[in-house]
Amino acid sequence: MAKHHVTTTVNREPVELLCDPSATLLDVLRDELGLIGSKEGCGTGDCGACSVLMDGRLVCACLVLAAEATGHEITTIEGIAEGNTLHTLQQQFLEDAALQCGICTPGFIVAAKALLDRNPDPTETEVRFWLAGNLCRCTGYDKIIRAVMNAAAKMREEAVHG
Amino acid sequence: MGNEQEALNLVNEQVEYKWVGTRPIRPDGADKVTGRATFGADIDLPGMLTGVVIRSPHAHARIISIDTSAAAALPGVLGIVTGADLPELPNEVAAGGEAPINFRYVSENAIARDKVLYDGHAVAAVAATSVEIAHEAASLIKVNYEVLPHVINVLDAMADDAPVLHEGLITKGVEPAPTKASNIAGKTEFAMGDIEKGFAESEVIIERSYTTEAVHQGYIEPHAVVASVAADGMVNIWCSSQGQFMIREFCAKLLGMDIGRIRVTPAEIGGGFGGKTTVYLEPLAVVLAQKSGRPVRMVMSRGEVMRATGPTSGTHVHIKLGAKRDGTFVAGEMVLKYQAGAYPGSPAFLGGMTGFSCYELPNAKATCWDVVSNRPKCAAYRAPGAPMASFGVESAIDELAQTLGMDPLELRLKNAAKEGTATIYGPKFLQIGYVETLLAAKAHPHWSAPLGPNQGRGIACGFWFNIGGPSSASVHVNEDGSVSVVTGNPDIGGSRASMAIMAAEVLGMELSKVKPLIGDTGQIAYSFLTGGSRVTFATGMAVCDAAKDVVRQLRTRAAKMWKVTAEDVEWRDGSAFCTKVEEGKDRAPLTLAAIAHAAARTGGPISGNVSINAAGAGPGFGTHICDVEVDPETGATRVIRYTAIQDVGRAIHPSYVEGQLQGGAVQGIGWALNEEYVYDANGRLQNTGFLDYRMPVASDLPMIDTVLVEVPNPGHPYGVRGVGEVPIVPPLGAVANAVSHAVGLRLTSLPISPPKLLAAIDGAKAAG
Amino acid sequence: MATVILQTEFARRYTGGQTRLTVAVADYSALIETLEARFPGFEESLQGGMAVAIDGEIYQSPLLEKIGAESEVHFLPPIGGG
Repeated sequence: MAKHHVTTTVNREPVELLCDPSATLLDVLRDELGLIGSKEGCGTGDCGACSVLMDGRLVCACLVLAAEATGHEITTIEGIAEGNTLHTLQQQFLEDAALQCGICTPGFIVAAKALLDRNPDPTETEVRFWLAGNLCRCTGYDKIIRAVMNAAAKMREEAVHG
Repeated sequence: MGNEQEALNLVNEQVEYKWVGTRPIRPDGADKVTGRATFGADIDLPGMLTGVVIRSPHAHARIISIDTSAAAALPGVLGIVTGADLPELPNEVAAGGEAPINFRYVSENAIARDKVLYDGHAVAAVAATSVEIAHEAASLIKVNYEVLPHVINVLDAMADDAPVLHEGLITKGVEPAPTKASNIAGKTEFAMGDIEKGFAESEVIIERSYTTEAVHQGYIEPHAVVASVAADGMVNIWCSSQGQFMIREFCAKLLGMDIGRIRVTPAEIGGGFGGKTTVYLEPLAVVLAQKSGRPVRMVMSRGEVMRATGPTSGTHVHIKLGAKRDGTFVAGEMVLKYQAGAYPGSPAFLGGMTGFSCYELPNAKATCWDVVSNRPKCAAYRAPGAPMASFGVESAIDELAQTLGMDPLELRLKNAAKEGTATIYGPKFLQIGYVETLLAAKAHPHWSAPLGPNQGRGIACGFWFNIGGPSSASVHVNEDGSVSVVTGNPDIGGSRASMAIMAAEVLGMELSKVKPLIGDTGQIAYSFLTGGSRVTFATGMAVCDAAKDVVRQLRTRAAKMWKVTAEDVEWRDGSAFCTKVEEGKDRAPLTLAAIAHAAARTGGPISGNVSINAAGAGPGFGTHICDVEVDPETGATRVIRYTAIQDVGRAIHPSYVEGQLQGGAVQGIGWALNEEYVYDANGRLQNTGFLDYRMPVASDLPMIDTVLVEVPNPGHPYGVRGVGEVPIVPPLGAVANAVSHAVGLRLTSLPISPPKLLAAIDGAKAAG
Repeated sequence: MATVILQTEFARRYTGGQTRLTVAVADYSALIETLEARFPGFEESLQGGMAVAIDGEIYQSPLLEKIGAESEVHFLPPIGGG
C-alpha cells in the first residue's frame, strides 16, 4: 500500500515522514522518530501512557492517526523540559516520589501540564478527575496528586515572582 | 500539600543516620520523568524483525494440524515457530524461579503442543521485516482445531463430569490416589492442635463461604522482549522482567541450552507485581532470532496480556471460626479451592499458610485445593494466595465481633499474634510488629472519625512471610573517590535509591557520589529475582556487606599510607582517622578520594564483591482501615478514606515504603470492588482491555494515608523488613467489611461491583 | 534433643503418624541422614523442594544450618512471592 506523507511539528521541530495510512501517531513517534518516551499500555486510549499534546490539547497518541498530525503541533514528554532543565512538574514528581516503575510517568506529566496550562489552581478533585484517564498501578495515585498540586503552587509562585 | 502523615509514623528515634530514613531524589529519576529510560519495547537494534504470536480462539481444543506454508511463502517472513520447535521436557518439578517449578507446564503454556487450554493460548509465532507483514503472515497460518467442551470456574472444574484438561492429571495429596484423571491437581493440608475439640469448646461459631474472582496484576507495561542469536550461538536477550537471571534460567531450560550461552540484560520494568516472574515471549523470540539470524522484537498487546498472561486465582473460600464469648479464638478451619488456570500451580497452599497467621489460634486446619480450568495459567501476584484467604478470615472475624458485640479492633488485639505465637505451618514467630500496627490503628484519628449516612467503616489485617535468598553486590571505588554500586535486581519501585542510601551510610560518604547500577547476567554474580519483598532486605544486605568490605580495605590502604597497622585506623564519616599518635608524625585524616587516588600504589583497585544467601527476613503485618460510602440507588461504592498501617522494620527511603503501602492498598481496593474476568459461553474473554477490566483510577480514590511502624528486624544491618506484599492482603477484608457495615448486609462475594451490591440491597429489601 | 514437628498428613505418609520426633544432630544435613535412616523414603519426600524452619528462621535451600540441643525444626513448602 502506498505510504502517506506527513508534515508536522514535534517538540517545536519540523518533521517530515512517510508512514502506513493506518499508522497511529504513537507508532510514528516511537518507531520513526525515536521518541520512545510515549508508551503503549493498551492501544485503545484507556490508559493514557501515550498522552501527548496536539496544539496544546491533551490526546492519546494511540487514538490519533499519524496522517492527522499534518499541520499540527505535537508536544511529547521529550518536549516538556527545556534542554536539560526540568519543568517544575518533572522536578516535583521527583521530589514527591510520585513514580515507582515510571512507565506511566511521561503520560501523567504531559496530562498534568495540559491541566495546569488551563487551570493553574485546581482543587484536588479537579486534578483527580482530569487525570482519571491516566492509569497507574504502582502508586495508588496519592503521591502523583500531591506532586501535581505542589507543582501548581510553585508555578503560581513563579508566575507572580518571575 | 505536605506530608502531614509523617508525624504519625512510629519511628525508632534512638538511632541517628546520615542517609537511612531520608527522602533524596531517586538516582534514576531524571531519565524516568523525561522519557529517556529504556523499557523493553523501547529497544531498537539494527535489522530488528517484529515477532507476532498466533493465539487460540478456543478455550479448549485439540490441535489437529498447523499449516504454516502460506505464511512462510510471504516475502519478508524470516522465521516461524510452533510447539514442535521446543524440546519436550519431563513432567516433573525442578528448582527454579521462586519455588519449585514444572518447566514442562511453563513451556506448554508459552506455546501449545497437542492441545490449547484457554482463549489466547499461543499456538505459533512468526517474525517478519515489518509489523504489517508479521500480522499478515499471522493471518495466513492455518490451525485446524477440534473444539472440546470447556470449563471456567473452580467449582465447576471440580465436578465429576467436568471436561478434563490434562488426561494424565491425578490428584496429588489424596490417599488413596484417585484412579481417574480430573482437574483437581492437588490437595495440601496444614493443621495444629485439635479442631474437633476446639469447635466443641467454642461458645460462638461463625461459618461462611466466600468467593473471589481472578484478577490480573495490571501492570501498565505489556510484556516486551528483544532477542538476538549470534552466529556462534550466543544468545542475547533484553527484556522487561523481574529478574534477568530467572529469564536466563527459564530460557535455558525451555530451549535446552547451557545457561552460560545466554546473556540477559534487564530493561526498566513497567510494573510486575509477580506477573513478570516467568517467561512467555522470551523463548519464542530466541527461536525466531535463531531461525532468522536477525534480532527479533516481540511486544504483547493489552488484549494478549489479559488473555494469555497469569492472573491470580479466582477462589472459593470456606471459613469456620470458633471463639469463647469473651472473644478468645479457640478454633479455625478453612477450605480453600483456588483455580490455577490451565496448568497446576495456584497459590492455594500459601492461602492456607497465611490466612490465620495474624492470630493466636490453638486449633487450626487449612485444606487447600489446586484446580485447573480453561483460563490463562496463574502467575504470582503480590503475596500470592494470601489476600483471598485473608478476605474470608477477616470477614468472619468482623462478623464474630458483631455477634459478640465487641469492637473489631479490640477483638483482634485480644487474639493478636506476638513473638512466640505458633503458626499453622509450624515455626513460632520471632520478633514481629503486628500488635504495634493494631495499637497505631487504635490511636489513629481515622479510627474515631464520625461517619455519615450510607457510610461504613471496615478494618482488616494481613500477613506475609517475606523472603531473603541469594543476592550479589559489587561496590567499586572509582579513582576520584566516587563509588559505583552494582546489583542484579531490576528496580521495580525505587530500590536503586535504597541501595545507594545503604552503601553511602556504611561508607559514611556523600550520597550524591554513590551511583547505583543494575548489571546484566554477565556483569554481576547471580541474584534471585525482584519479588517476594526481598530486594531491600537481601540485596540491601549484600550491598551493606560489600560496602563494609570496602571500608575494611580502605582502612588497610590508609594504614599502608601511614605505615601503621589497620587496627590503628578508624573509618568515620567517609574518612580514615589514625588512632596511633607518634611524635613528629602528622597524620591528617585521609578522605575516600585521597585513598582512591593512591589506590594503584597501595595495592590496586578497591572493590567489595559479595554474594550471599540471605536468611532472617522478618515477616510483615498490616492493619488497614477503610471508609466507604454506598449509593443505594446504583450500588456504587466510593472509598472515602483509607489508612494503611504496617510494620516496615526500618524505612530506608520512607517515600518509597509509603508508596508500596499505597499501591498495594489500591490494588486490593480494585480487587474488592471492580476487577474480574468476564467470559462468554464459549470461554472467550470479553473484557480484554482497561475500559472493561476496571482498575481504580485517580477519581475513584481519596489520599491513601500511611503509618510506618518501625520494629527493626534484627536480621538486617539496618533493620529492614520486606514491605511490598503485605499491603495487598488486608484491603479485600477492609473494603468488604466497610461495605457490609454501610449497607447492613454481609457481602461475601468479590468484586462488590455495583450490579452485585444493588442486587444484594434489593434482595434484602424484598425479603423484608 | 532437638524436636522435629511434622504436619499430620506428612507424618501419616512418611513417619507412621509420628508428628513429633526427637533427634540429636548438629546440623540440617545430619538431620536428614538421621530421619532417612529412621524412616526410609523421608529424604525423597523433600525432593519437591521443602524449606525448613529452625527455631523460627526459615531456610529455603538448607544444607549445613546449625541445629541446637533445644531447637525446634519444621518442614514447610517453599515460599515465593510476587
